[in-house]
Amino acid sequence: MAEEREPPPLAGDAAETGFRELEEGEDLFISTVSTIEQLSPTSPEPASLPAEDISTNSNGPKQEILLDDDQEDLFAEATEEVSLDSPEREPILSDGPSPAITPVTPTVIITPRVDASMFDRSPDEDEEAEENGDTFDLQIMVSDPEKVGDGMNAYMAYKVTTKTSLNLFNRNEFTVKRRFSDFLGLHSKLASKYLHIGYIVPPAPEKSIVGMTKVKVGKEDLSSAEFVEKRRSALERYLMRTVNHPALLKDPDVIQFLESTELPRAVSTQALSGAGILRMVNKAAEAVNKMTIKMNESDAWFEEKQQQFENLDVQLRKLHASVESLVCHRKELSVNTASFAKSAAMLGNSEDHTALSRALSQLAEVEEKIDQLHQEQAYADFYLFSELLGDYVRLITAVKGVFDHRMKTWSKWQDAQVMLQRKREAEAKLQYANKPDKLQQAKEEIKEWEAKVQQGERDFEQISKNIRREVGRFEKQRVKDFKVVIIKYLESLVHTQQQVSIIES
Amino acid sequence: KGSNEESAPSVSANSIKITDITQDGETLTFAITSQKSSSSAGVCVFRTYEDFDWLQQSLLSQEDVPGLLGVIFPPLPGKPLPSTSFTQAKALKQFGFLALGDEWKIYCKALELYLQQVAAHTTLSKSKALSSFFSSTESPGKHRGKKGIFKRLSHVMEEMRKEGHKDVDKFFQSERDSCTHLSVLFKVSTEKFLDTVLTKQKLAVACGHFSTSLHLVCNHDNPAAVTFSKICLKLSDIIEAVKVNFEKVSDNDVSSMGLALDLESRYQEAKKEMLFRRTCKLVELEAANRNSERAKPNKKAIMEGVQKATQKEFNLISSVAKKEIEQYHRARVSVLRDFLVSWCEKQLSTAQETSALFSQHLEACRGFVV
Repeated sequence: MAEEREPPPLAGDAAETGFRELEEGEDLFISTVSTIEQLSPTSPEPASLPAEDISTNSNGPKQEILLDDDQEDLFAEATEEVSLDSPEREPILSDGPSPAITPVTPTVIITPRVDASMFDRSPDEDEEAEENGDTFDLQIMVSDPEKVGDGMNAYMAYKVTTKTSLNLFNRNEFTVKRRFSDFLGLHSKLASKYLHIGYIVPPAPEKSIVGMTKVKVGKEDLSSAEFVEKRRSALERYLMRTVNHPALLKDPDVIQFLESTELPRAVSTQALSGAGILRMVNKAAEAVNKMTIKMNESDAWFEEKQQQFENLDVQLRKLHASVESLVCHRKELSVNTASFAKSAAMLGNSEDHTALSRALSQLAEVEEKIDQLHQEQAYADFYLFSELLGDYVRLITAVKGVFDHRMKTWSKWQDAQVMLQRKREAEAKLQYANKPDKLQQAKEEIKEWEAKVQQGERDFEQISKNIRREVGRFEKQRVKDFKVVIIKYLESLVHTQQQVSIIES
Repeated sequence: KGSNEESAPSVSANSIKITDITQDGETLTFAITSQKSSSSAGVCVFRTYEDFDWLQQSLLSQEDVPGLLGVIFPPLPGKPLPSTSFTQAKALKQFGFLALGDEWKIYCKALELYLQQVAAHTTLSKSKALSSFFSSTESPGKHRGKKGIFKRLSHVMEEMRKEGHKDVDKFFQSERDSCTHLSVLFKVSTEKFLDTVLTKQKLAVACGHFSTSLHLVCNHDNPAAVTFSKICLKLSDIIEAVKVNFEKVSDNDVSSMGLALDLESRYQEAKKEMLFRRTCKLVELEAANRNSERAKPNKKAIMEGVQKATQKEFNLISSVAKKEIEQYHRARVSVLRDFLVSWCEKQLSTAQETSALFSQHLEACRGFVV
């Protein structure tokens, strides 16, 4: 059994189909196997569902099959199995009690509410539809933030409107009401499902205790309005990013989030709660772990990419900082222009010596007002930039998280190898002692360990690669879009200024 | 060179230009060219601020000009201290708009305007001091002339009391009121405008930073990164254009509106001073009247004499002042209008340029293939 880790061959090959056939007879295995066709390297958006994470408990003939395909792309098969209590998972508490995995459970264990059948129909039909992305027609808008409730229990409810022609959804257009903790809940669910496999889950907007408290208390001032607006657009961007990821789009959680009118309250997202503190503790533990794991990077690509991401992170942060200062100045300018306009107006009013000069003063004031309007627009636009950059900075953090997971998996793999070694020794001993059944068991355990980890790792390397590509592309696209926007806007600004000046003279 | 003709016709106001400024340690020397209205020969002299100060003092202290007190003296900008001894912030506080602009350009303009105004003034232009200022080869500021009759009034309370003294003439009373009111407003407007200009400059600097950091995002690891870098470079150019726009806009602001507002503020101050002088005279007159009424018979004649003289002076001042004020209003309206128009024009042309540039960028961006 070859155990060295090779860079996984990307092409899914024919053996896969063979595999699938085998699987059909496999009832021990999880039934909702949504297999994916080739993971061809050319397809930019592999409609691949996360690789299987075989439950630790399943024994039996399954292992043989896996052994045969050891060298193959095991990651190509996609099992929608999510074990919520397996040790490598971060203990992010998803909603409700996580159903334990038993080796014989036939249903997809994602959430108890989800209808497994919804999942069956997915890849085969949707793949072709979405493979190229040009029929990707899904628009999400977050709008109408309204305050619900009173005092410290108040929250903002946002309307989430989805317009789509995808057949993933029941209707073409629907609206639901969600609150911020719902979004956080969605993110934590997705993260728990996909992060450790290597998908880059878009990060949700951050919780801001200060901001929310202001809103809750009912402070109706500029900063809280801004805050709500910022949050609204951040939520919208978050959702759009999430659904742009083909795998996440198909996730029943996401679909439910968008569709169902009632969502159980995600209590574990509260900042000051048991769950929150648990999260913080875990984060700290992970940080410590990160420092102690020294990974032996054998794949140059990853090293390179990691370095790139570090650089990119630094650069983006710098950019973000400059844009923030720009935004700040813009705000200042609009304030100043406003006050100048006011004083010019006063001047115009009291300047009654000559009608002419009064008229001039008033014109000056009008000009300033318009100027101020422009400043506000410019400021809004720059602020789009800064939001975008902030988003990307956070995204990069998520990406780093993925890398970290990879490291963790690697270390697990190493541990598994050690275990393997030990088991082998045990096996050898047993062989000496001639206890065939125990021997068999040992063998199985060995293989199981090995394969599981190896496969997981390969799979997610693959995925990372794809995702990385995606990210790069997205970045480009976004920046380009932004550029167009800012220019268009600036042009209009200049143009209007022109007009004003013409009026003046 | 015409420097001997003391009684020659005055310098043509339009020809006065400050052509150069040199800085030598702490002193600034201005090169002033001018032309006498009778000849076409240009004269160039070098003056420092002390010379300007001397000129102003000389003008103020002319004793043979009737009703001098009624003249609104064109305001002289404050003494400049080169940036070696001043921090920018202090300079801004002191000079407002005049401190902006490279190499004292705006300040020079203000001085130039001052000279032009003096030369154009019907009364002041006849001053010998003025012609010697323009033509004498040696620096006139070296001799400290007589101090003006207007001593610095250090008693603020007295000033305020006199300031509030009710006027006998309705015209003047209303003038005084509106003047006080307006000068405050103008000051405020100038400050606010200065704020906006400063903020625009800050924005320009921040844009510069942003543009540079975009420039530094350079990555050739893979095609995606290369494209990203290209986009960043493009954006950097755009932000650079934005920055240049800001700089130009603020320059326009400073050189036209800023100057105008500053000038107006200082002129308002001068007018206020003039009115105050008249008010002082009025107080004096009323005191003289009272004295003459209460005077004992032996002193009565003297008192009456004093009273008559004061009355005459006062009347003269008032009439001069009236003329001056009317003149001032006319002049200032046209000056302000000119400045406003020039401001509009400058902003308009800048806006057009920038708009064209932005359209270019827009086209380029649209054609950018991802």
